[in-house]
Amino acid sequence: MAEFSLPKNSRVGKGKTVKAEGANNTRKFHVYRWNPDDGQNPRMDTFEVDMDSCGPMVLDALIKIKNEMDSTVTFRRSCREGVCGSCAMNMNGKNGLACTTAIDDCKGDVSITPLPHREVVKDLVPDLTDFYAQYASIKPWMQTQSTTPEKERLQSHEDRAKLDGLYECILCACCSTSCPSYWWNGDKYLGPAILLQAYRWLIDSRDETTGERLDNLEDPFRLYRCHTIMNCANACPKGLNPAKAIAEIKKMMVERRG
Amino acid sequence: MAQGKRPLSPHLQVYRWGAAMAVSILHRATGSALAVGTIILTWWLVAMATGHEYFNMVQECLGSPVGRLVLFGITIALMQHLASGIRHLFMDAGKLYDLKANTGSAKFTFVFTIVMTLVIWVAAYKVMGRL
Repeated sequence: MAEFSLPKNSRVGKGKTVKAEGANNTRKFHVYRWNPDDGQNPRMDTFEVDMDSCGPMVLDALIKIKNEMDSTVTFRRSCREGVCGSCAMNMNGKNGLACTTAIDDCKGDVSITPLPHREVVKDLVPDLTDFYAQYASIKPWMQTQSTTPEKERLQSHEDRAKLDGLYECILCACCSTSCPSYWWNGDKYLGPAILLQAYRWLIDSRDETTGERLDNLEDPFRLYRCHTIMNCANACPKGLNPAKAIAEIKKMMVERRG
Repeated sequence: MAQGKRPLSPHLQVYRWGAAMAVSILHRATGSALAVGTIILTWWLVAMATGHEYFNMVQECLGSPVGRLVLFGITIALMQHLASGIRHLFMDAGKLYDLKANTGSAKFTFVFTIVMTLVIWVAAYKVMGRL
């Protein structure tokens, strides 16, 4: 059953405020903090950031906060150009990558929380262990039964084009953690990211286990918990459409029933 | 090692609502409301079969300000559920997944609900000769 409110230990309290001394052009960043070692509830700390000496992206502000205001602020980041998917978080109510979200595109104060409905490891770092386990469960690699050819397995231009809009997925989990169905049934429902990946292998002309892959998804929860809420496509920082991919899988299910 | 139990990150508390998300939850809410609404309408039908006096009593109940408010609510719920149901039908056929069309159709269900509810109620009052 869906739990709409946060458990007692997860209610967010008010934290400290750190001001930017001597700065004229500042913006407030409210950052979710939780420290596994102090036994306290999460809190929102407020940092006033001097925008005259800050880069344009939310990630720039976070790095500036960590460098200059509070070195204990914890978050994941790596490529800073929307390729690695590490800095996925919720900014002003919408999931996205901090490195490709411009501060100017955020209205008012910027509230930053970890990806929604996840266990928090520390501050903005969510636990994605089960997300990766679900990814492994769809066997995200090419499976073949025919004899291995001497050279590579070829694919026509048309068949290759079917992977466009799918292969770009960086598994940042922005979509899955934006999905209310995944919030309430994340233990059984695979969620948009994993299903988009599943579809990527289902329509790969070189893969020869389409039937087995569909069998694996034929389940009341794994696939059919998608109720086309569309939060996934609205959240995807790469502009992909997991909901559409899920709809295509559902169509494949119907088609094979004949 | 974590000392306390890990907290759950905020979800519904922080997530910004879009038209599509609102239509989705409204589809459920109006569906549940209509289940109750159908019982009321069944009561009205049963009353019709029961007899004059009982039917008049039910008519009076439903015709009272509170009764009309409930019926107005049922109309809104029915129109919203109908519109989002048709939208679901298109999505089941693989249409309306493009973000623009999707958000547009979600907003359209609201327009449909408001317009149709008003049309039905204006028509009803006209038929009763009160307008």
